Amino acid sequence: MDFSQQIAQYIVTGLTIGAIYAIVAMGFNIIHNATGIVNFAQCEFISLGGMFMYSLVVLFKVNLIISFFISMAGVALIGALIEIGPIRHARSKEIIVLIFLTIGLSEVLRGTAQEVWGTDNVGVPAFSGENPIHLLGGATIVPQHIWIFAITVLVMLMLHYFFKKTLMGKAMRATAVNRRAAALVGISVNRITLFSFAFSGALGAVAGIIIAPISTTSYDTGIMLGLKGFAAAILGGYGNFAGAILGGVILGLLESLGAGLVSSQYKDAIAFFILLLVLFLKPTGIMGYGEAERV
Amino acid sequence: MNTLLKQKDILGFGALAVIIIILPLFVESKYYFIVLNVIGLNTIVVVGLNLLIGFAGQISLGHAAFYGLGSYFSGILTVNYGFPLWPAMVVGMMATGAVAYLIGYPSLKLRGHYLVMATLGFGIIINILMGELEQFTGGHDGLMGIPPLAIGGLIFDNDLKNFYLIWSFVFLCMLAARNLLNSRVGRALRAISGSEVAANSLGVNTADYKVKVFVLSAMFASISGSLYAHYITFISPSSYDFHYSIQVVTMVIVGGMGSLWGSLLGAGVLTCISEALHVAKQYHIIAYGVFLCLVLVFLPEGILMGIINIFLKKKTQQNIIKANRQ
Repeated sequence: MDFSQQIAQYIVTGLTIGAIYAIVAMGFNIIHNATGIVNFAQCEFISLGGMFMYSLVVLFKVNLIISFFISMAGVALIGALIEIGPIRHARSKEIIVLIFLTIGLSEVLRGTAQEVWGTDNVGVPAFSGENPIHLLGGATIVPQHIWIFAITVLVMLMLHYFFKKTLMGKAMRATAVNRRAAALVGISVNRITLFSFAFSGALGAVAGIIIAPISTTSYDTGIMLGLKGFAAAILGGYGNFAGAILGGVILGLLESLGAGLVSSQYKDAIAFFILLLVLFLKPTGIMGYGEAERV
Repeated sequence: MNTLLKQKDILGFGALAVIIIILPLFVESKYYFIVLNVIGLNTIVVVGLNLLIGFAGQISLGHAAFYGLGSYFSGILTVNYGFPLWPAMVVGMMATGAVAYLIGYPSLKLRGHYLVMATLGFGIIINILMGELEQFTGGHDGLMGIPPLAIGGLIFDNDLKNFYLIWSFVFLCMLAARNLLNSRVGRALRAISGSEVAANSLGVNTADYKVKVFVLSAMFASISGSLYAHYITFISPSSYDFHYSIQVVTMVIVGGMGSLWGSLLGAGVLTCISEALHVAKQYHIIAYGVFLCLVLVFLPEGILMGIINIFLKKKTQQNIIKANRQ
């Protein structure tokens, strides 16, 4: 394999993982926009998505498509329960308390997942075979890569339609701009928050489900994927939807190229190094408008 | 009010000193000494972190890294380079403080929770470096043969001696924190936690104070890390992962954000829970998570103030956290 082929391969891998980061970043953004908090339980949504899929497809031999939607709905339900239970009933509504609460919930979910599924990495069958496809430029991809791209694009298009055209989507955008004003014009902010958690749960699940056939899955796969998705959200501009896609793709590419060309030992450090750089140089991220407020 | 507070403090610190001195008389097994020493080490980290969380209102998810920097500076300098023990600890503390300044300065100049993101990223990078920089750190196998600390001919080479060493540091760190909070700096910090805008308009340089508190809390963690390295004499990256950062945060919250004595309680209670679950390690994560959630939902002021408040029936929504910080 010559150099250009290698580069092409890294780019394909980078785009794939970047697509995953983009979906995860989107989940972080939706909850941030509705509530102003960082939802660390997002990481667990990813793991749970993968493990639900594994249980249904491998253990219970359920049809792939049905499993996909059941897993998604299952995690969305967990997201909703988190909001209805602890988040809504927390006696202090300070942002710092709620952020800590999502960390606690994330621990509970991860611990429970460990109880249920153990600590082994498990595989999920690819959606349509494993025969590699040769691309122009010499890179090879397995069909699962195409599924990841296709599903990511589909998810993004649906999100775009949802936020631009539907009443619920518009209400969510209004809440993001100003909670109090949104409440004043009759938007139920509680319902928006509930919906955001369910929505983020579904998005996290999708990310976990589509990556599982490539990288296997376990009770804690979501931590690294989730935290990197978070880095992608910051890179793109926290809370910005177009930024999430851009941040995810850039982060995926840099990570894949960095691991391939510079050093694979530090693969996991690359994303967080970029996160620090962004915070120091342009904390609003690529798509964030204006300056972050300085004090 | 001020004198009353000081009397209360003298009482508290006196009691703490007496307990530290006489406690070893009642402890027989080596195991309980280890648990007590771990509680002491965690308390130092938690007291520092509580200054940041409770008073500057900022979150750090990277304190495992500062704790680890202390350990690794002490370990690497003394084992690989034959550095004298105490100077190595001081170098570690200064270097950790300098690193914290570099992380804290840019992120705390911004309004909002940028520090949580910066410390999160920083913590993971440091943990990866500990494993990968093998020629210095010994890689994932860890660094062995770290010498015990010594003052003159007194070598801290058993659990009892280390108990007195570690708990002396706990005492000093808590005293330092209390003095800081009773000083001009402490009043500024309380003003910030009350209302940042108001503090700012009265001439308190809020960003500056937050950075200083963050650096201080990192140095506390570094001291604790050095003590740990010299006590256990072996360090490896797995002691300093993301999970440790979450553990100390949990201790701060369970003890009560902004409550100095609560820090001691939080570190004690949760270290004991960890130890009690030692045989059933798989329940460890759930226990921490459940504890953290229950306290946050029902007693956001921490278990100490929470229980006191239940007795005093001062449970109005608004003063829950604020009362606790004053």
